[in-house]
Amino acid sequence: MELRIQLLSVVASGAMLLVVLELVRRRAFLERYAILWLFSGLVLLGLSLWKDGLEEVANLVGIAYPPNALFLIAFGFVLVLLLHFSLAVSRLSDQTKVLAQRLALLEQRHDERERSEASEELETVGRGS
Amino acid sequence: MDPNASHLAVVPAYNEADTIGSVIRALRSAAPAFDVLVVDDGSTDSTGEIAQREGAVVVRHPFNLGIGGAVQSGFVYAKENGYDYMVQVDGDGQHRPEEIPKLIAEMRADPTLDMVCGSRFLSAEHGYPAPISRRTGIHIFAFLLSRIIGQRVSDPTSGFRLYNRRAISLFARDYPHDYPEVEAVLMVHYHRLHMTEVPVRMLLRGGGVSSIRSGKSVYYMIKVLLAIFIGMARSRPVPEPGDAAPVTAGQSL
Repeated sequence: MELRIQLLSVVASGAMLLVVLELVRRRAFLERYAILWLFSGLVLLGLSLWKDGLEEVANLVGIAYPPNALFLIAFGFVLVLLLHFSLAVSRLSDQTKVLAQRLALLEQRHDERERSEASEELETVGRGS
Repeated sequence: MDPNASHLAVVPAYNEADTIGSVIRALRSAAPAFDVLVVDDGSTDSTGEIAQREGAVVVRHPFNLGIGGAVQSGFVYAKENGYDYMVQVDGDGQHRPEEIPKLIAEMRADPTLDMVCGSRFLSAEHGYPAPISRRTGIHIFAFLLSRIIGQRVSDPTSGFRLYNRRAISLFARDYPHDYPEVEAVLMVHYHRLHMTEVPVRMLLRGGGVSSIRSGKSVYYMIKVLLAIFIGMARSRPVPEPGDAAPVTAGQSL
């Protein structure tokens, strides 16, 4: 692997890892979402540094130019992350729907009680006078 | 009609201020045994206020959830308030409350029935003036569903339906999202409930916008077909009580 492309991959994956670490430190996202990002950053950084390992991986799957293996792995991580987010978004919208329904039903019940209390009050006032 | 049974009419409405008042009045005069619940699905016009003024119970969503979410709120309300029967009537005035006694009579005639659907296509002189593209779509769904559930279904997209307690509690637990009627027929089948159809007349929409806009009809077809086939691939598409919840906190890859 040529030095320039190795340098680029090390810098890029290192920067990604640092950004992820900083975001986790600031509690910008939940740990369970951070795990995938951290893991993919570590794997990419590791393979950029460890040239022989990357060449071995490339040979194993029949990729002539080792840096392409790096792209393939990165692409795999991106797919997994996207799938992960689709799941998370689906779950959130389901939960939001249920919350909106519960809120609407509770509001209706609350309004009804308030109205009946108000009319009871009117009745007792009417009887008192 | 059974004097002890309680009846609820659920009217899902999204920006139907033009028609909601007359729908509620028609329900009161044609089906006086029914309490009326309007689910205002995040309308930006005065749908909710008008419904309230007409004396309906109004459940107001904080934002638009879509027809599936709106009808499901109706099921949850019916279940929590112990209603025996629930009829679903669109807020745009295309379903005629005068036809509700037909649905009731059908359900009372056969106590095994859990859902009775009003169908536009059962009688010879239906003359439902829908565009040909939509009718074709409906007939494709009807053909497929009839084969899958082994029972003739002529109008699977009709939202004019009467449900009993069992159907109410099933759909309160889980009701499809976007275009729910077709999938609901499948759910009824998979849960071993029983349904039938009765011929009804429907009017052209009084106002508002259909939940199925013409430009989206292709997307609609694909989505519902997918739902049908995915539904077939699942052994049990909906969790029974005691199963893991469809949505859990730990759910991730």
